[in-house]
Amino acid sequence: MKCVGWKCSFSLVLVLGAILLAAVPLSAQQTPASFAVPSTIASFLATPETPKALSEKLTQLDKDVKAAQSSADNAWMLVSAALVLMMTGPGLALFYGGLVRRKNTLAMMMQSFALMALITVMWALVGYSLCFGGDGHFIGSFEHAFLRGVGADPNPDYAGTIPQTTFMVYQLMFAIITPALITGATAERMKFSGTVLFLTLWFLVVYAPLAHMVWGKGGLLNASLGGKFPTLDFAGGTVVHISSGVSALVCALYLGKRTGYPKQPMPPHSLVLSFIGACLLWVGWFGFNAGSALASNSLASSAFVATHFGAAAAALSWSAAEWIKNGRASALGAISGAVAGLVAITPAAGFVGPMPALVIGLIAGAACYWMVTKVKAIFGYDDALDAFGVHGAGGTIGALLTGVFAQQVINPIFGAGKPVGGLDGHWGQVGNQLVGILIAWIFALVGTIVLLKIVDLLTGIRVPEEHEIEGLDITQHGEEAYNLES
Amino acid sequence: MKIEAIIQPSRFESVKDALREIGIEGMTVTEVRGHGRQKGHTEVYRGREYTVDLLPKIKLEMVLPDALANRVVDTILRTAKTGKIGDGKIFLSRVEEAIRIRNEERGENAL
Repeated sequence: MKCVGWKCSFSLVLVLGAILLAAVPLSAQQTPASFAVPSTIASFLATPETPKALSEKLTQLDKDVKAAQSSADNAWMLVSAALVLMMTGPGLALFYGGLVRRKNTLAMMMQSFALMALITVMWALVGYSLCFGGDGHFIGSFEHAFLRGVGADPNPDYAGTIPQTTFMVYQLMFAIITPALITGATAERMKFSGTVLFLTLWFLVVYAPLAHMVWGKGGLLNASLGGKFPTLDFAGGTVVHISSGVSALVCALYLGKRTGYPKQPMPPHSLVLSFIGACLLWVGWFGFNAGSALASNSLASSAFVATHFGAAAAALSWSAAEWIKNGRASALGAISGAVAGLVAITPAAGFVGPMPALVIGLIAGAACYWMVTKVKAIFGYDDALDAFGVHGAGGTIGALLTGVFAQQVINPIFGAGKPVGGLDGHWGQVGNQLVGILIAWIFALVGTIVLLKIVDLLTGIRVPEEHEIEGLDITQHGEEAYNLES
Repeated sequence: MKIEAIIQPSRFESVKDALREIGIEGMTVTEVRGHGRQKGHTEVYRGREYTVDLLPKIKLEMVLPDALANRVVDTILRTAKTGKIGDGKIFLSRVEEAIRIRNEERGENAL
């Protein structure tokens, strides 16, 4: 192509002008102004000298659009990751810390905090790779051990628009809170050394395989990346709540009751702390569920709304049950109900609309109330802070109801036009959910029993009775939560 | 004469103000827990009921010249009474000696 002086500079001006015209509105938002671009391009195309320039410009445009989407998605996902971390500390730490007796406050909070540090290091070494490396049925690979190959480029299997680094750190926050939930059942009597060792092993042996099975490529229960039993679990009904809740029950049974339980009163020492913690959990859960869309899109909005509605409905139904039974609605009941609703809506959040979310919340609030007040009393296990009653039961109910209420209108996960849940016309999904639930239960049960035996041999599990009476703050950590006289 | 009065926390401000009006400045106040004939209440946490039978009360202690004691008792009776079970009790006892630590004054001068 010949390029005569004036013509060359003229086409350069045109190219620049077109890029400016096209790029400015696109990088902001789609406004009617961007419709001016095609006519510019058309006049541009009329000159025979320019196809190369045009294709360069289009390539550039394509890059700009992708960069804009990535920026938006990345911003939301980084905020979501921070929100999910906030659920553990201070959210769960305060929620649990307020529910124990004063002498065990710091020990309770310290368990959550220790996991924030411990699981993070484990995640960097092998954890992320075991969850999201490779495409095995049961567990990931060492492909990303030491975070090899995890950088600015997206991992298209999981989240194609954000740096894999962001995806990695977002998923880490889930791995932190899951073992922290278990500490609700072991509260006020488990050794710190035993807790640390048990939960580290539990993360490797129970959490990592389960996360891979449900969310990992090729995982046995994966719904969209080639699983045999496609289980719908948007944000962790099976991976987070069933796994931690069922393991919590096993821990409570293995450890035995707290000294003096149930005769001696063990009321929460500060419901104010628990209240603040529960409210932080509620807010953090938006990152947990809406963030699980892995993009800042309409699915994230839908999951956000479902999460909020589920929590609200469950707070009401727990309170109503309590009001009918005791003649009063308690603050502890309302916040417990909200947490139960958040748990139950977790697997469903990205598959159901607002109305089913209300129904799921209503059912979960009442059912978990019944679990912690009636079922626990009948069987007599000491699930101190109701990790099983809320997370195990709520997670199971949520996972099951996800199979009933999931809709392709919200999330066409099985392909366009294919029904997703039971009411959508695909009742087989309830069966798939049952398989997923069953595998998660068995996995958590067996893994936890084996690990508890091992840890019991290595460090011991339970503190001596005199330490339990004196309190774990002093005996395990050498400090007190409240030195009001000093 | 020593006066110990155990009263409802809700009446404490009124009692204190009334005592100040009749010229009583010194008193020792303790937050205490206890119960007499009053029954406690139940608290329910996630379905577990606890009976709380030790209820919060305020204990006032004053050591006074004998001449003032009756007026103080009358004032406390008037202001601390709600007429319900749980209003508390007043105990009077003799005091052997009183000593002001600052200057070692003794007897009524120390009060």
